[in-house]
Amino acid sequence: MSEMKKIKNLKEFSTSADRFEGANLLCPGCAHSIIVREVLNATNDDMVLSASTGCLEVCTAVYPYTSWDASWIHIGFENGSTAVAGAETMHKVLKRKGRLKQPDRNPKFVSFAGDGASYDIGFQWISGCMERGHNIMHVVLDNEVYANTGGQRSSSTPIGASATTSQAGTHSYGEKRNKKDMVSIMASHHIPYSAQVAPNKWKDMVKKIQHGFSVDGPVFINAASPCTTEWKFDPKDTMHLADLATDSLVFPLYEIIDGRELNITYRPKNVVPVEEYLAAQGRFKHLFKDEYKYLIKEWQERIDENWAYLNRREEARV
Amino acid sequence: MAFDKMELRDVEVWDGNMAASQAMRQAQIDVVAAYPITPSTPVVENYAGFLANNFIEGEFVMVESEHAAMSGCIGAAAAGGRVATATSSQGFALMVETLYQASGMRLPIVLNVVNRALAAPLNVNGDHSDMYLGRDSGWIQFDSYCPQDVYDLNLIAFKVSEDHDVRLPAMVHQDGFMTSHTAQGVHTLDDDTAYGFVGEYKPMNDMLDFDHPVTHGVQTEEDWHFEHKARQHSDLMTKVFPKIQAAFDDFEKLTGRKYNMVETYDTDDADVAVVCMGTSVETAREVATEMRAKGIKAGVVGIRVIRPFPFEQIADALKGLKAIATLDRSNPNGTVGMLFNEIAGSMYNLDTRPMISGYVYGLGGRDLTKVHLTELYTELQANVDAGKITTPLQQFIGVRGPKLSFL
Repeated sequence: MSEMKKIKNLKEFSTSADRFEGANLLCPGCAHSIIVREVLNATNDDMVLSASTGCLEVCTAVYPYTSWDASWIHIGFENGSTAVAGAETMHKVLKRKGRLKQPDRNPKFVSFAGDGASYDIGFQWISGCMERGHNIMHVVLDNEVYANTGGQRSSSTPIGASATTSQAGTHSYGEKRNKKDMVSIMASHHIPYSAQVAPNKWKDMVKKIQHGFSVDGPVFINAASPCTTEWKFDPKDTMHLADLATDSLVFPLYEIIDGRELNITYRPKNVVPVEEYLAAQGRFKHLFKDEYKYLIKEWQERIDENWAYLNRREEARV
Repeated sequence: MAFDKMELRDVEVWDGNMAASQAMRQAQIDVVAAYPITPSTPVVENYAGFLANNFIEGEFVMVESEHAAMSGCIGAAAAGGRVATATSSQGFALMVETLYQASGMRLPIVLNVVNRALAAPLNVNGDHSDMYLGRDSGWIQFDSYCPQDVYDLNLIAFKVSEDHDVRLPAMVHQDGFMTSHTAQGVHTLDDDTAYGFVGEYKPMNDMLDFDHPVTHGVQTEEDWHFEHKARQHSDLMTKVFPKIQAAFDDFEKLTGRKYNMVETYDTDDADVAVVCMGTSVETAREVATEMRAKGIKAGVVGIRVIRPFPFEQIADALKGLKAIATLDRSNPNGTVGMLFNEIAGSMYNLDTRPMISGYVYGLGGRDLTKVHLTELYTELQANVDAGKITTPLQQFIGVRGPKLSFL
């Protein structure tokens, strides 16, 4: 049966055996590696992992090196989910045929991908995997931008962020469209479990990942991943940014069971104004000019509205 | 075993699609991930039928696109088991990215390609456009001329592709409709004999061996990329032919049916020959025999293994001829046809070589008739008589309007 780790404090967490090595090429202060470690540390079971093309992939498997002490595959930008779905299917067959080399193991199949690889180019592949009911977990490392290719907008980039293809300038405040609500879309596949997590709330994350591993069927996890390079903040402030993201409710933490039951899993004691979250990042710097301040007000209203919506759903058990 | 064997007659009446499905069933594939497209759809429909009636113990995953089909096949193959699928045309084109990934990751997968034209304009009928699109993708490519070949070459493809010295995916081509939907007598092997020929799947670097974790699909830049690609090419050029030959030999011992890298017909004493692929080979053989009755010493050369390309065998088969025609069933779009190029390249440095003229035919399912081939052989004989090529270097056969020719 599944073996989940019991981790009581951060020290235990940080000293547990790594299947993802610190030796990698990710930027100092990158949240991706923190999230990945938190996911892998949630279980002692064997893992079959994939990474779609992106920062995580190019920084962790540069021949002749690898940062992965677990089975790992990368095919392309769009199909990491389907890669682990294929492996999961093979596992099912070989188990039935009695051909597994270690039949007593209970492997977990996890696909990691950025928001570009999930919200945009890999959208169809993930939807297919969710609909077909593979026993896999797809984790989005959501930094709201194509960071690996140098900061282009994705459909996860929020209004007002300056990205290289939606630049702030004398006649532009940057991105004009709002972030796609991917968690809702995935939950609408009526999969057993979907959730939003953040690396600063590691206990919440581990609990959700462990729950995800315990259910039978596809799991979708959207992980807020503050990007020091493209959000433009000091690498030492990654966790501070994650705190601002969760406590301003820009990244509310919640879960959806079977696509039909929403639970808010974290309620900040002191809700931080969205303005503070925006002010901490260079990508929103221009919003503080007089002509764009209305956008900050709109941001706050949008976040308030979304929080009210999530609360209504929780209250109504839908 | 939890699944049922199927009792087959010695000769079954199968079309090319059923021949492929039956070979896949007998190979006891672990995972098929597939998406429907005309004319290859029946391959996976038949397979789903086997599944529904307990003739298969593996998994059949009906995915949401051909790209996902090959992506799932890659994941499944990397996990460590036997994998196959089928596609055609636009589906093949959508798969192309993953075809390079499958071969670059050295994963044995068998892909049945039921050849069909590529849009635009949209067309569901057979030509070799998809086959040609795949020719640089690092896959082994076998070509069938009839349903019997489809059945036999599928079994052979698994054996070659999965060999640990090879570990490269393989395509088995058949002509859309002309082979895929035309029922013929197919000599069968019983389930145990067929499986015995293919052999048990032997995993290598499998992701499900948790005591030996493997990283698949790495990043390499200018420091290592070239070495990886060169190694893949080197294995295709040096290791694959001996393995194919060994598989052909074993298959002949088992069945009496003999396959060759290059299939020659009446070429030993011939003056002229056409070189072609697919169903056209059988038509050309019939016409060549008729030409002999008319005093033209005609032969036919069929390509059986398209990749790796059998340069030596081609040179051997053609060097004594006086004039040959290459028949390409794919639009060259601004150059000579692939076969013209490859065959000219294989013979250019020989002391004796035939004159070569190129023909483009059959696009979008247009028939290649015996009349076309009779005219073609007559043109080749005219070249022989004149001691030089008397026609343009590239001609289109069977296209409406004034005769289309170039070069």
